[in-house]
Amino acid sequence: MSRENPNIVETQCYHCGETCGDDKIRHDEKDFCCQGCKLVYEVLSENDLCNYYELESFPGESQKAKTTRANRFDYLDDPEVGQKLLDFKNDAETHFTFYIPLIHCASCIWLLENLNQINQGVISSRVDFVKKKVQIRISNDRLSLKELVLLLSNLGYEPRINLSDLGKKDRPKADKKTINRLAVAGFCFGNMMLFSLPEYFSERQLLDESFQSVFNYLNVLLSLPIVFYAAGDYYISAWNSLKRKKINMDVPIVMGIIALFLYSLWQIFIHQEAGYMDSLGGLLFFLLLGKIYQQKTFASLEFDRDYKAYFPVSVTRFKKDSEEVIPLTKINVGDILLVRDEELIPADCILMDEQSYVDYSFVTGEEVPVRVTKGELIYAGGRLKGSQVMMTVQKAPSQGYLTDLWNNDSFEKSKESGLVPLSNRVSAVFTWSVLSIAFAALIFWSFTDFGTGVKAFVSVLIVACPCALAMSTPFTLGNTLRIFGRNKLYLKNAGVIERMAVSDTMVFDKTGTLTDPARASIKYHGQELTNESKRILKSIVEYSTHPLSNRINQWLGQTEKVKLDFIEEKRGLGLEASFLDQKFKLGSQEFTQVEIEKDSLNGNLVCFTAEGFLIGYFEIQSGLRNEAETVVDELSKECEIHLLSGDHSHERVKLKQQLPGISEFHFNQSPKDKLHHLGQLKADGSKSIMVGDGLNDAGALQESHVGIALTDEVSHFSPASDGILDARSFGSIPKFLAFSKSTKNVIKASFALSIAYNITGISFAVQGLLSPVLCAILMPLSSISVVLFTSLSTNAIAWKQGLFKLKSD
Amino acid sequence: MEVIFLLIAISMVLAVSFLLLFFRANKAGQFDDNHTPAIRILFDNEHKQKVKKDQTKKT
Repeated sequence: MSRENPNIVETQCYHCGETCGDDKIRHDEKDFCCQGCKLVYEVLSENDLCNYYELESFPGESQKAKTTRANRFDYLDDPEVGQKLLDFKNDAETHFTFYIPLIHCASCIWLLENLNQINQGVISSRVDFVKKKVQIRISNDRLSLKELVLLLSNLGYEPRINLSDLGKKDRPKADKKTINRLAVAGFCFGNMMLFSLPEYFSERQLLDESFQSVFNYLNVLLSLPIVFYAAGDYYISAWNSLKRKKINMDVPIVMGIIALFLYSLWQIFIHQEAGYMDSLGGLLFFLLLGKIYQQKTFASLEFDRDYKAYFPVSVTRFKKDSEEVIPLTKINVGDILLVRDEELIPADCILMDEQSYVDYSFVTGEEVPVRVTKGELIYAGGRLKGSQVMMTVQKAPSQGYLTDLWNNDSFEKSKESGLVPLSNRVSAVFTWSVLSIAFAALIFWSFTDFGTGVKAFVSVLIVACPCALAMSTPFTLGNTLRIFGRNKLYLKNAGVIERMAVSDTMVFDKTGTLTDPARASIKYHGQELTNESKRILKSIVEYSTHPLSNRINQWLGQTEKVKLDFIEEKRGLGLEASFLDQKFKLGSQEFTQVEIEKDSLNGNLVCFTAEGFLIGYFEIQSGLRNEAETVVDELSKECEIHLLSGDHSHERVKLKQQLPGISEFHFNQSPKDKLHHLGQLKADGSKSIMVGDGLNDAGALQESHVGIALTDEVSHFSPASDGILDARSFGSIPKFLAFSKSTKNVIKASFALSIAYNITGISFAVQGLLSPVLCAILMPLSSISVVLFTSLSTNAIAWKQGLFKLKSD
Repeated sequence: MEVIFLLIAISMVLAVSFLLLFFRANKAGQFDDNHTPAIRILFDNEHKQKVKKDQTKKT
């Protein structure tokens, strides 16, 4: 509810483009919003790197909120930590790769790749823009890891180093292997086509016999890498599924490959004829192409993050009356930790100071910070609010209350079980019918001519090869994945879409998902506030970091402050201030000693009194996210909606009124309760989609059929899930669901198309009329038309539903 | 016409060496990032620009 005055022309910070307030800093004929921005500018201008500002306007990030504790990177001096972070090290140089979420424009790339002009210790640096990573080589005797991180941090590009970075490092290489296989298939396919060209035009007679056989043998030679290398994955997958007595899409593919290969060998070596090697090459090439299309990943996102990615990597420990910063992995039970305002509590601890506030909203879903007094247990994952406190470690970070969740079974098993993908069901039917047609043809012909019978049998297997069938799913899902990505729903893999399409229950988390703490609704009751009381109120709430104060502060908008004579925050109660010999109190009913009569209390009350007399009170309720009402309304037509909340039930009545589509409300849910709720849904046979945001939803997201993590900033931490949804696209959830259902229809339609091709092919094959030319035409034609059909129709549906965008904005 | 055999041999050698080069490039990570180089190529190499340019700020 901020009120902006459009008449005032604001100056923008030269570095970050934020509007500068009254306290702007003038330096070198430029305006800066804060010291931090100015410092970055100074470093850059000293090193002649002002090109940074010319590539893009306002490339920097505001430095206001930055912590500047000098010792916060001390843990990087620990050789063990350094060892785990580095990529490569020899006597002269060390290579590191850092994840820097801030990388967002050309200027960022330019600056980070010119680091060596600021510090001679940097040998070279290279940015991967999509992954938001920078690889830096430093010379060992000139620069240490800590100095490097400090340098980056001073420039405003603080790398994100998580506890999980200190774990084992393994980078998936599978992607590259598929590309290699595709390259081999493409290479062999292309060359085989050249050698088979005379065959296509029936120009065989024009060529010498010797050419003919040489071309055939060359084709055999070229088919070997295809059969023994490029098709490797299909054998493994088909074998694995047969071992489980199931038939997946790869079984008929492997059948086709083997039939094509053996029959062609027989044709070439015994009959001196052309064989179908080129078709075999084309088949593998198109199949692998489809596979790569489906494998599209959102490289900069991580879907499998666990608590380790959330926890800080270092803690401040008190030892013999002095502070030291150590890596989190090295803390022991009994250590005394120092935790500052806004820092995460890294392990279950007991508070040693009098009292403090802990914000558990991300962990349990409670919106309002909890008061903790001396001797009480604080759970890991909470965020400290208020002045720094000391605490004793009770449990190692890997054994805390929160991390316990990750030991649940649901984190072990993969989600594929339960639902057989459509393509696998179709392929089972397909395989059996093709086999029976082939045998029928064999039996039919063997009465008259056994030779033709064998030919017909093999021809059926060859031509019925499910290339088009196998490609329709990956291309449709791959394209859908892309369309979702442009609309800011990033799915882990294409299989999630199929699971979304069959879902019948939606489960929402409350805090942070359906409600947005930043959009809290705030109502004021009582005497109208005069300008002066507004100014006093503003000065009071600015003093406090309590979320309720923040909300009142937001409600007040741009109000000028007064200079208070005295102000004090009484923890957990409220604020006391005096101005011009008047005493003001802002806080709970007990604190302000007033009673407010109200029939139904919704949300939190904050009273404002002057000299003991009530001026008015604020009623603060967590605000529903934009579009939450329409989303729930639209979804309720399609499926059942449940709401899970870690918060108290004081808003039940109000939520019921606002969101009538929700059929079940569950409050006071611990992370484990949420997990069990989803487990129960699964046991009852419903297919649930869970939408959550915090660590407290992590178990539920895992246990659900499809878990979608909602986040305001996709590069920030989000719990392990099947998909990450940008909060700005929250309103599109019904569209996503509808689209995934249409996607399923597209797959079915393309199955129909490819089966039509197969019937045409088989009708030739059973008559023993199959020729290499027919094969060479039919196979690529069916593949290409299926690809065209699926991509065009998914795009058309996306267009119709308003999800079609050429680029993500 | 027998020259075709020679030509085929040469073309295969060429084609296979291209394939091997592709493997090498793929292994070296040339295709890992196909966005950044497109931006990088636009940067000027000379960085000693003492002349101060007037900033035309976009608003």
